[in-house]
Amino acid sequence: MEILTIGAKFGVYIVMALVLVFALGVVTLRNLFHSALCLAAVLVGTATVYLALRADFVAAIQILVYVGAVMTLIIFAIMLTEHLGEKTIRQTNRQSPAAILGLLGFIFMIGLVILRTPWPVTKRALATGTSVMSLGKALMGSYVFPFEIISVILIAALIGAVVIAKKDPEEKS
Amino acid sequence: MIVPLPHILIFSLLLFAIGIYGALVRRNIIGILISIELMLNAANINLIAFSKTTSLAPETGQIFALFVIAIAAMSAAVGLAIVLALFRVRKTVYTDEVNLLKW
Repeated sequence: MEILTIGAKFGVYIVMALVLVFALGVVTLRNLFHSALCLAAVLVGTATVYLALRADFVAAIQILVYVGAVMTLIIFAIMLTEHLGEKTIRQTNRQSPAAILGLLGFIFMIGLVILRTPWPVTKRALATGTSVMSLGKALMGSYVFPFEIISVILIAALIGAVVIAKKDPEEKS
Repeated sequence: MIVPLPHILIFSLLLFAIGIYGALVRRNIIGILISIELMLNAANINLIAFSKTTSLAPETGQIFALFVIAIAAMSAAVGLAIVLALFRVRKTVYTDEVNLLKW
């Protein structure tokens, strides 16, 4: 049993390292289609981290919504807008060194805060688990108002996306 | 708890920083949207890690992670619709070539 725990621990660290490598691929690859595929790998790895944190339902939703729906949308948009002939076009602007410097400072500062804060990790919170039933009860009980707001916003976004993306009637081209 | 909490927080911090780097540096609008999805993922990891380790009501973090996933999906849909409308009018998806309001 001990060896399984150690194996799971190393597995989670390996998945985290892979996610970071793929995330670097997302922001640095020149071909946008490749970076979209790297994003799919990052999302699957994130779902694995959720599973390690015992959030099974959120991991399933992550796979369904992100890898299923959002990735399809992004790949559609890339295929509709990409000029396949001009692969050598510059994909980054000239702010890269300044961005790296600023972000190193950001990582240093927030990392220092994270490492110095005494997190109140309680035994009681570690022992409690969540089930899909308790999630649903909370969603229909304490959080019913944001849940309804989310549904209204979903409808608004759906209609808005259709209205924005459809062709104007007076534009004859 | 398999992994200690600060390691997960550092991991999500790095993911968030990579997302900011992409949003600052990419020229393609779709690349910027992809980077924003990376940042939202990092925030979700934090929410779930805190709900597992420190919260007294462990459903709270997971439910807000679900809300964040829903908001991210609709922001991707609306953003890509705007990109398609822009591409139809201007024939470009590069941010520095969309300078209609600059002079």
